[in-house]
Amino acid sequence: MDSISSGLLDAFALILTLDSDLVEIVLLSLRVTVTAVAIAALIGLPFGAWLVVNRFRFRRYTISVLNALMGLPPVVVGLFVYLMLSRSGPFGVLGLLFTPTAMIIAQVIIVMPLIASIAHQTIRDLWAEYHDLLISLNASRAQRIKVLLWDGRRALITAVLAGFGRAIGEVGAIMIVGGNIDHSTRVLTTSIALETSKGNFAFAMGLGIILITLAIAVNLAIHSISRTERASTW
Amino acid sequence: MVASARILPLELTGVVARAFGKQLLGPVDLTIGATGLTVVMGPNGAGKTTLLRVMHGLRRISAGTVVWSVDEAVARRKQAFVFQSPIMMRRRVIDSIAFPLILHGVDKRSAKQQAKDWAIRVGLGHVLHDWAPMISGGEKQKLAVARALICEPEILFLDEPCANLDGRSTREIETVLKQAELAGIRIIMATHNLGQARRLASDVIFVHGGKILETTPADTFFDTPRTPQAKAFIQGDIVE
Repeated sequence: MDSISSGLLDAFALILTLDSDLVEIVLLSLRVTVTAVAIAALIGLPFGAWLVVNRFRFRRYTISVLNALMGLPPVVVGLFVYLMLSRSGPFGVLGLLFTPTAMIIAQVIIVMPLIASIAHQTIRDLWAEYHDLLISLNASRAQRIKVLLWDGRRALITAVLAGFGRAIGEVGAIMIVGGNIDHSTRVLTTSIALETSKGNFAFAMGLGIILITLAIAVNLAIHSISRTERASTW
Repeated sequence: MVASARILPLELTGVVARAFGKQLLGPVDLTIGATGLTVVMGPNGAGKTTLLRVMHGLRRISAGTVVWSVDEAVARRKQAFVFQSPIMMRRRVIDSIAFPLILHGVDKRSAKQQAKDWAIRVGLGHVLHDWAPMISGGEKQKLAVARALICEPEILFLDEPCANLDGRSTREIETVLKQAELAGIRIIMATHNLGQARRLASDVIFVHGGKILETTPADTFFDTPRTPQAKAFIQGDIVE
């Protein structure tokens, strides 16, 4: 109990003094996560909408696989990306292994199916509402996707935030492809794992508090900017 | 108001529409000429909506042909449809009315100006910047009519546009429809409101059991209906 309370006190001290190591780790975490989520959203949101407005032979199976990929094990993704980027792998020449870029690639693979799947479910409901109107107005497939994404944008924030939540808390894949190298690829989650294993609970606790605070703050900020949960808006 | 390349007449030949093994409509043979306001009448479940959706191309047909006087792609661009339950986009009223123009490549500023003019014409000037799904039922239907008319269609389909509306809203929509007809827009409207049909119709298509029983000028239909079903419908009896 004493170690927890003293750990918490030390954690707050680190946060309040803006410890340089802590700040570096937080900034790298945000950089990797925000970049990965942005890329995953750019791919996942239109793909989710595309699945809604298109009818093709293996559509149901594609949706089932996409839903299944929401639970993709991060360590397996990490292993896959590691093999792809390692010196003997097909993309080894790029020299991306153990860099933030490799961590972003792994996170995109983990987060994209989650965003696409939630987007698909959200847009499916909107498509049921808009279907007759858009067909009647002779909207092209691209126009339908654009309209559905725009009009469903507030509901789609949930998909992006779910992706952010998964990415910011992810440890397995980025540990494998990033290597948790100090001042290079060390992020909040990998640091917590390392500091805990070293018995440095104060620093681990400080990182943990920041991780949770960040996740909540980003959610609140996005809800506030997008004005969801207010009267007369969607 | 209407562009020169006419898409009418519309010819339906041997049209049949089925769903889940059940025949909903047909066989239907029908010609829709270039002028007038045709009211499609009949009891609930008669096939009025199906007939309108088949003509507009919203419902696939199981047999027969639906032929416009021009290429189908051209014809699609010159039609508009107002649904019984107006589809409200999650946008402001002005943006909802401007939507079809923007979709078809009209400059945003010009589209919004035209939308504003149409909103005022149909009596929506006071809710121009309100969220479309938040306005009243009558206002939603007026919005749907304005959104349909803004592209200056050659033919306008309306599926019970005044169902569940009060007298005032009904009158306002009827006024807009009369103006549209005077401007040369061909109107095909489904309703089972006899009063509205008498006020607006130049001719009537009477549908029952998925089949067209009468296609006749409105006066003839109301004064001397040919079929017992039409007679019963006009008298307010149960149509068997």
